[in-house]
Order: sequence, then C-alpha cells, then structure tokens
Amino acid sequence: MTRESFHEHIQELEQDVVGMGQMVITAINRSIEALKAQDLAEAGRIVSGDELINRKRWEIEEQCISLLATQWPVATDLREMIAILNIVTELERMGDYAEGIAKITLLHGNEPLVKPLIDIPIMAQKATSMLGRSLEAFVKRDAKTAEAICGEDDEVDRLHDQVYHDLLTGMIKDPKTITLATYLIWTAHNIERIADRVTNICERVVFLVTGKMPQVSVSKY
Amino acid sequence: MDDVTPKIETVNLNLHYGGFQALKDVCLKIPSRHVTALIGPSGCGKSTLLRSLNRMNDLIDQCRMAGRILVDGQDVLDPVTDLIALRRKVGMVFQRPNVFDLSIYNNLRFGLRIHGMLRKRSHILETIQSGLEQVGLWGALKDKLHKNARTLTLEQQQRLCIARVLILKPDVVLLDEPCSALDPIATLRIEELLGVLTQDYTLVIVTHNMQQAARASDYTGFMYLGQLIEFGQTPQIFTNPQEKLTENYISGHFG
Repeated sequence: MTRESFHEHIQELEQDVVGMGQMVITAINRSIEALKAQDLAEAGRIVSGDELINRKRWEIEEQCISLLATQWPVATDLREMIAILNIVTELERMGDYAEGIAKITLLHGNEPLVKPLIDIPIMAQKATSMLGRSLEAFVKRDAKTAEAICGEDDEVDRLHDQVYHDLLTGMIKDPKTITLATYLIWTAHNIERIADRVTNICERVVFLVTGKMPQVSVSKY
Repeated sequence: MDDVTPKIETVNLNLHYGGFQALKDVCLKIPSRHVTALIGPSGCGKSTLLRSLNRMNDLIDQCRMAGRILVDGQDVLDPVTDLIALRRKVGMVFQRPNVFDLSIYNNLRFGLRIHGMLRKRSHILETIQSGLEQVGLWGALKDKLHKNARTLTLEQQQRLCIARVLILKPDVVLLDEPCSALDPIATLRIEELLGVLTQDYTLVIVTHNMQQAARASDYTGFMYLGQLIEFGQTPQIFTNPQEKLTENYISGHFG
C-alpha cells in the first residue's frame, strides 16, 4: 500500500466514523420519540437495530488493526488511528444507551407517563447536537471547537439535575409513581452519560490535533 | 489467494548446495499482479528461493534442485528451458543498484541488445522512454540520457535498474532487498513504485525489513531453516499469524 492510498484509507475510515455517529444520533432520537409516543414496536426495532451499530464498530476496529499492523503509522497518523479506535468505542456505548432507553420504553409499557416529557427531549437534542458537532470537529481537526463543546456538558448536567429533582419530588408526593418515575430517571441518566461520552470524543480530537491529553474534567457524575 | 491465479507455483521444491539443504519441500503459489514478500531470518532460504524462480542459482556450483517450479504452468526446471528467455520473462533487481559504467541510454540499450530486441533507433528511444516513465525517471533524465549512470543518486540508479528489467517486457520482477542501500524516503518511494507496477507485473520481493513487507506487499511468506512456514495475505500474517514461529519472528522474539 502506498502512503497515498494509506491516507485515502484513513479518510474513508473517518467517513465511516461519521456514518456510525449518524447511526447513533438516529438511534438516540428514535428512542426518545418511541418513549414519548410509548411506541413499543418501534422500541423493539431500536433494540434489535443496535446490532448494526455494534457491527459497524467491529468493522472499523478491524480495519484499524490491519492498518496498524501493516502500515506502522507514526505521529499524526498514529494518533488518528488511536483516536478512531477510541471514538468508535464511545459511539458504540452511546448506541447502547439508546438501546437502553428503548428497553426502558418496553418496561414502561402502556402505563401513562408520570409527567409530560419536556426536559428529557431537550437533553437528548443537546446531546445529539454536541455529538454531531464533535464529529465535525474531528473531521476538520478543530481542537478549539472540540474544547468548546466540552463546556456544553454543564447544561446537560443541569437539565439532568432538574429532571431528577422534579421526579424525586413527584415520588415523595405520590409513592405509587416510584417505579415509573425511576424509569424516567434512568432515561435522563442515559442521556447525561451520552453527553459525557461526547466530551471523551472531544478530548480525543484535541489529542489528535495537539498530541496532548487535555485535562477536561467536566462531569459532575 | 484461492481466487487469484498463481503466476508462479513451486511444488515440493528442494535445493541443495553440495551437502547443505537450503530449501525443503517448498510449496508456494505466487499470485499474479500482486506484490509477494518473502521474509525470514538470514540464511532461511528466502533469497535462494527467489533466485530459483528464474534459475539464477544454476550459476552456483554444486547447486541441485528437485521438485517443480511452474511459471504460467510451465515447469522451468525442465532441462529444455530456454534460460535467456526465462530470465527475460522473470527479471531480477538486486540489492545494490548494479548499473553499468555506461550512459543511462546505453545501460538501457544493453539489455535490448543482448535479448535481440534492438530495432530502429526511434523504437529504442520510445522503449527507453517508456521504461523510464514507468519508474518515474523520464522527467528528470530525458535531457541527460548520455550522462554516466553512476553519477545518479542511489535511488535513481535502483530505479534505472528496475527500468532496465521492465523494458525487456517481463511478466515477473524478482527483487532481492531492493531498498537495502537506500535511505528511508527513497525506500518509501521505491515501495510506492512497486504498488504502481502491480498493474502490469507480478512482483516478488525478499526483504529483511518486516516493516517493508507489511507496508508494501499484498501477500507474505515467512521462511525458516529452508522451509516455508506460513503464507497468506499480508494483513492476516501481521495481525493473526497461524504459526507460532511466524508470530515469534514478526514480534521480534528471534531472528
């Protein structure tokens, strides 16, 4: 393999990572919609669809291993391979969180929601927006934007605290809601974790661009 | 490998230098129009195997070969084999660039002459141009064809040696450590050239440099004590070798 085709290969891998990111964003959005609509059939499809995300992760990882073994990349090329390996792991876990929300929807069943879903969809919208932009920053080698995205995690944490507080208050008032409210707390927690994992991607982007591991400790949890 | 037609196949190839057995029952299928690398510690038989493929070992006293070497299905160990024609069809490039103390033009013309391929002067020039173009030298040398080839850089000399083989229109080019005299950048450029040449030629390269085998080849064969221990697609050999000996060698545990 020539150096030129090696670099073309890396660019294709980058596009695969972005494609995988889109799959994850779609899975997160669909999982929230399914919960809102209490669409159990859709939730079932999201659970089984997670396999596609897992498979994509292994495909990308396999290609990275092959390139590492045969092309012996160094410097930026090496950091890029390490970044890709880490990013696909993060994406795969985010896919699991979406699957987790779909499973919560199945557990929740057709019982009425203990409160209208307002903040949770906003959290999801913020987290997926952060994710999309973090992958853009990865492709554009934009460390500054990546660092800025990390700061947005605070807002997701704040919304999480609010949801948690509201649901806890509801449970104290009416202990019969505890089971269903707990499901919603888990959902909010999953989204909060997704946003945290976006910050891990952003750290990888900074590492890719600068060669330095940023000390971005953003999560309260 | 199964879906690729072998250009060369060795069947139970055994080779002795006097009382020393240098190759033991080597069975190898070299795929057409790919780069195949042979790796292994010094003295494992990789250069011997390479030189067997166009019967260069015949030049060594007390060398005996048994088994079969099929090039396009024809057994080249058959005594009636036309060795000059074989070595034109299966050309060779050596470790150190071995340009003649002649002009660039005459270095290239020499091979054409001894193979009886000289025709009109315009045709010779055309052939020389095509050879130099294939190795990426035409632009730099087209106005210097009468300069002595030894004044070129080592990389250019090695490219010239490859061009000298290519203008004889071979099917296969054997390369015995072709980059060992070159610096890392020139090495990378020669490797890139190999990749381009697979469009038209089957290449077999012997290298001590595992990184080079990993980077530049499509298939890799690992040899040890005269035996072909493992052969497979290069990514497989370097990510998941099936033999412990291969694993130990490519991981730097011996050799």
